[in-house]
Amino acid sequence: MTDILLSLHELTKAYPDVVANDSVSLEIKQGEIHALLGENGAGKSTLVKMIYGLVKPDLGEMHLNSETFAPADPRTARASGIGMVFQHFSLFDALTVAENIALGMETAPKMRQLSDQITQVSQAYGLPLSPDRIVGDLSAGEQQRVEIIRCLLQDPKLLIMDEPTSVLTPQEVSILFDTLNKLRSEGTSILYISHKLEEIRTLCDTATILRLGQVVGACIPAETSARDMAEMMVGAKLKTPQRTPSLQGEEVLKLTSLSLPPAAAFGMPLREISLTLHTGEVLGIGGVAGNGQDELLGALSGETCAQAGMITYKGRDIGHLGPNPRREIGLLTAPEERLGHAAAPDMSLIENAMLTGAQREKLERHGVLDWAAAQRFAERIIGAFDVRTPSAANAARSLSGGNLQKFVIGREVLQRPDVLVVNQPTWGVDAAAAAAIRQALLDLAANGAAVIVISQDLDELMEISDRFAALNEGRLSPLRPAAGLTVDEIGLMMGGAHGMEVAHV
Amino acid sequence: MIRLEKRPQPSRFYGVASPVFAVIATLIFGGALFAILGKDPIQAILTIFWEPLFGEFSFFYRPQLLIKGAPLVLIAIGLALGFKAGIWNIGAEGQYIMGALFGAGVGLAFYPMESWIIFPLMVLAGAFGGWVWAMIPGVLKVKFGTNEILVSLMLVYVAEQFLASMSLGLLKNPEGFGFPGSRNLQQYPSAHNADLVTGTGMHWGVVAALIAVIFAYVLLTRHRLGFAIRVTGEAPRAAKFGGVNPTRLVLFCLGLSGALAGLAGMFEVAGPAGQVTIDFNVGYGFTAIIVAFLGRLHPLGIVCAGGLMALTYIGGDIAQSQMGLPVAAIQVFQGMLLFFLLAFDLLTNYRVRIGQREAI
Repeated sequence: MTDILLSLHELTKAYPDVVANDSVSLEIKQGEIHALLGENGAGKSTLVKMIYGLVKPDLGEMHLNSETFAPADPRTARASGIGMVFQHFSLFDALTVAENIALGMETAPKMRQLSDQITQVSQAYGLPLSPDRIVGDLSAGEQQRVEIIRCLLQDPKLLIMDEPTSVLTPQEVSILFDTLNKLRSEGTSILYISHKLEEIRTLCDTATILRLGQVVGACIPAETSARDMAEMMVGAKLKTPQRTPSLQGEEVLKLTSLSLPPAAAFGMPLREISLTLHTGEVLGIGGVAGNGQDELLGALSGETCAQAGMITYKGRDIGHLGPNPRREIGLLTAPEERLGHAAAPDMSLIENAMLTGAQREKLERHGVLDWAAAQRFAERIIGAFDVRTPSAANAARSLSGGNLQKFVIGREVLQRPDVLVVNQPTWGVDAAAAAAIRQALLDLAANGAAVIVISQDLDELMEISDRFAALNEGRLSPLRPAAGLTVDEIGLMMGGAHGMEVAHV
Repeated sequence: MIRLEKRPQPSRFYGVASPVFAVIATLIFGGALFAILGKDPIQAILTIFWEPLFGEFSFFYRPQLLIKGAPLVLIAIGLALGFKAGIWNIGAEGQYIMGALFGAGVGLAFYPMESWIIFPLMVLAGAFGGWVWAMIPGVLKVKFGTNEILVSLMLVYVAEQFLASMSLGLLKNPEGFGFPGSRNLQQYPSAHNADLVTGTGMHWGVVAALIAVIFAYVLLTRHRLGFAIRVTGEAPRAAKFGGVNPTRLVLFCLGLSGALAGLAGMFEVAGPAGQVTIDFNVGYGFTAIIVAFLGRLHPLGIVCAGGLMALTYIGGDIAQSQMGLPVAAIQVFQGMLLFFLLAFDLLTNYRVRIGQREAI
């Protein structure tokens, strides 16, 4: 009897343009939490999809408990004891917890029996959850519990978790970790996918690092520094963004009890947001996704207008101004969604440069567009921000996420903003590009501009912010100096555990 | 298994080639249709495409090409600007009728006075009539969020009732022996939209269509407003982020397409048609939708598509009278053109792959 639960032997999977996995071998022991580390596009998703039966490997084989394992579909994989919690939940908002779980089962027991099972499992693992609640009313952390319980009911031997903490506050993360530790002590193995290095260091027993589809290393996370792991992921020395402490400049932007009704039916209203922003500072705004980040950016960009007196820019009330008048006076923004919001996917980079650059870069005169100037501007962005594209005439959607993000941020930075507001500037961007973007934001502040960074990546915010605040249910916490904030304090600013209590186990 | 795969970049080749493929496919399947109906397919297609241009009576048919093509192009240009921005004015037929009624109404109000000012006033009134009719769905959309497709389409039938009422009542020729229909504007020199060069079919409507084509081309390629239209169609949120005011854009696009359709109606009633009658409208407003798409919503493409559609109209008439082809067969033939165009259009953004499906 060996204690190896699952072993992968030289798995290879090629797509038309790219080899997603190239002879990947790895072993997961019984009762261990095994981290799978890698940047976007390193092949993590393809690998777990092969284990879960969603994708068939071209070459190589898998062994589960020393027997050949080749799941044809997820159902076979589940029957063999593999469970998976996806990053994006597949739940029906209008149904109850129990109904959602019943829908995912092969042979669902009677509702009452199932409810009892759910209560039992949820208490056993410290995941309190009432089976009768409607899923639409649950917080992201609670919805994730539904997904986890759905897996646990099938008594899995291996639980795959794909970026489980990206939607959680630090308090919610610690509840999750307690659960995972309990599962480990009972002998369940966990394959844990993440790129958050600190949490891997606290949680995982071993780590396998993927880069460009190949295994480039393995380590014991607790004994390896986060920096070393990051450099293994990237395959290069990382440059830490350099910042010079800035002087407290003059006040440039002021929000006074900014309140906005929700734009859509399930949108988040903004509730009495007040802040002052000074030249030369970087203000970090954290918070779990969906707590008003998009709405705040829209109110600052001018896509939604605010009432008089709520937004003051250099002493002037600008709440009624649209996006272009705000650009003219130096308030620039970059939204989170690259394709379809910050950029038009099917249009060329030249046209996308025109989209926001027309006023400040003088790409139009009396409504007549100067395409030659727009092309020069696009090429300047491509050059200055190292955007990898065959030419400026390529469609925005043909660029990789990181390259398009560099273009979007570069487009605003090169317009010399006085205030720049960015939402999720490094989301889905590889580590090298993320470092370049952060450095550009810091340089901007060092040159006297004011920058607001809205992000869900707390490490990023702690790295670059002078002051920090968090959005929770459309409210902004008081602003605090970022230096010296503890994770606990940040978590409480983000809304604590959102009313999720910890069951003591 | 056949499946579609999205291209990373829209294909330039298919952007140009898909209308050509569509015409070829229409010829093949249309020919088959004619053969099934017991007609010689080669001869039918020659009759439709060759006869009007180079046949024995082409001296008569060639001017008809301009007369039928001009309103199609004029209306399609306006529609295409809206379609590009995702604003769907389907009621150009109604705006065409209202333009004709307003234009003819102003002209007839001056009868029998003769003055050079009358015709320009009629032009303005025609554009105004179409504009007003298109502003109804426009204002309802921006104020109450109604669907402009439904409202503009239903207003076509309201306009048709107006037309009937006018030709039987207010605008009826007092010297017309009780027949429905207005005075004939062709016999009222100040209001007549005559051929600029006799016998060519070249009337003011053709000139207006050419101006509209150039205007639309410059607008779309060189002007902020044309850029706003294109971005709104491609990515509405990005357009809003780029500073486009969606309300104003809806009103502009609907208003402009209505005004152009109104102009087309006015030039038609004052020229080739001559009078307001119950059955004045013959479907230009609807056919222009096909023309706009056949021309890839591009001004120059619309000129070609307008010419092609006019040709099938005229050729279809000849095929009806000479070969006894049923009128429905001609309409199916025209419908095939749009059908195949939309089908081949898919290849601009997708490529067809044959092989095993892969879960991704």
